[in-house]
Amino acid sequence: MNIKDMISPVIRDMPPSGIRRFFDLVDEIEGAVSLGVGEPDFITPWHIREASIHSLEEGYTHYTSNWGLPDLRREIARYLSHRFNLAYSFEDQIIVTVGASEAIDLALRAIVTPGDEVLVPEPSYVSYMPCVEMAGGRVVPIVTKAEDEFRLTPQALREAITPHTKALILPYPNNPTGGVMLRSDLEAIADVLKDTDILVLSDEIYAELTYGDTAHVSIASLPGMEERTVLISGFSKAFAMTGWRVGYAAGHRDIIAAMVKIHQYTMLCAPVMSQIAAVEALRAGYNDDYEDVKRMHREYDRRRRLMVKSFNDMGLECFEPRGAFYVFPSIQRTGMSSEEFCERLLQEQKVAVVPGNAFGASGEGFIRCSYAYSIDALTEALKRIGAFVENLHN
Amino acid sequence: MTELENNILEILSDDHRVSAEQISAMLGVDVKEVEATIKALEDRGVIVKYNTIINWEKTDREFVTALIEVKVVPQRDQGFDVIAERIYRFPEVQSVYLMSGDYDLAVTVEGKTMKDIAYFVAERLSPLESVLSTATHFILKKYKVEGIILEDHEQDHRLAVSP
Repeated sequence: MNIKDMISPVIRDMPPSGIRRFFDLVDEIEGAVSLGVGEPDFITPWHIREASIHSLEEGYTHYTSNWGLPDLRREIARYLSHRFNLAYSFEDQIIVTVGASEAIDLALRAIVTPGDEVLVPEPSYVSYMPCVEMAGGRVVPIVTKAEDEFRLTPQALREAITPHTKALILPYPNNPTGGVMLRSDLEAIADVLKDTDILVLSDEIYAELTYGDTAHVSIASLPGMEERTVLISGFSKAFAMTGWRVGYAAGHRDIIAAMVKIHQYTMLCAPVMSQIAAVEALRAGYNDDYEDVKRMHREYDRRRRLMVKSFNDMGLECFEPRGAFYVFPSIQRTGMSSEEFCERLLQEQKVAVVPGNAFGASGEGFIRCSYAYSIDALTEALKRIGAFVENLHN
Repeated sequence: MTELENNILEILSDDHRVSAEQISAMLGVDVKEVEATIKALEDRGVIVKYNTIINWEKTDREFVTALIEVKVVPQRDQGFDVIAERIYRFPEVQSVYLMSGDYDLAVTVEGKTMKDIAYFVAERLSPLESVLSTATHFILKKYKVEGIILEDHEQDHRLAVSP
């Protein structure tokens, strides 16, 4: 028996994540400064950790409801209403998942049938395409451009729609570009979708991290969009809780019920200690006007300005991202490919950034730099990148 | 206080080595305006001093600190301020706080030995006219000072690259 032949062709033919390959490279370089991470540098606020420790002491070590702890679903419903003007019933419109990642997988498996097309704006997070394919669907990428600040335009959306289109994944605020969709942008998208049978999976994991005058708007809050939208979010980014693996989805009760069906057979429930921590995060946030979230947000915003200015000063054109914690400067001026740039930067200056094409072909010519680092670390990394770019000219 | 002032204070209170140029980039404000604002905050006495938090226990310096609860008689017209000043002028005094509750002033004092502290309480503090009584507590270990954990074992456990 050839074990290789026993692997399902869908998995066998799936390319490994470009990020993984780069991680292995970075791992070999001693003393590398990394701007490569996709998670906050903040450690989970102590009161949240303390609540979870206390729950363990009290004996909360069991399964929860498949839907998630009722207390947590109540808090999520209140939070979504309070922060984003969304009305979901905690009883049958919210499911607690093992991170937003599981919610993406569940939503896709719940709706995709073989032959369905799922529209994915690119560059974007690495999981959408594999999840669509594992669900038996086909990804139709929609290229977004730097000159549009990486927003999804109604024209591009219209051109990508076919009779087989089942859903649109809307990944804003966007990883890796930092692009956001303003209310007017979303209204234009809603206008294209309103006469179709296309669902929207709105990945709003970075909703709390938008900068400038306009707060995040969920497409689910636009007239007529709630029913067709599955909102996906979690605690990782806003509350610095990546390792807890707790996220959620909210949407039409029939879709959520279908997702719960898969979840109950595959995952059963999210870890109870993480769910209890999440309850504390939202409860305390509601009571102190999200002081933890705002404190981290203020710091990200300062670092963001520092990054944008530094890249533009060193001649790597960088549009001003209004969301998440990444900048996505263009390296086209250097004449190198993204991978070549990143590999040489790593070898010559020991700085790790992620090649833009890891997030889809349209990310070629860009690099993703995370600013989820201290000002000291960012300053050092920027100094080295500046020296690298300077040396290219000599 | 303006938003700019609050932002600058938050940055400098965390790390006063951040330069005006960096603050200018971080806040998107002209560097001259940042410098002028810092100068104004210093002139107004909002920014008092830029100092360094040191974990002296990791050095070979010998020292003892004590927290002394002091009950005093406030003076007509001047309240506690005069007696507080009489106390905080002693260089061995590290801090003086006016308290609500059972006693009036919380005074921390540093000396080389316990004898130094005893001498200070007996010869300097207690004889002051307004001081009614004192209760001295020796500090055995400092865990957190001015909001800073002295021996913080929390580290960055993140993978170097992640999606």
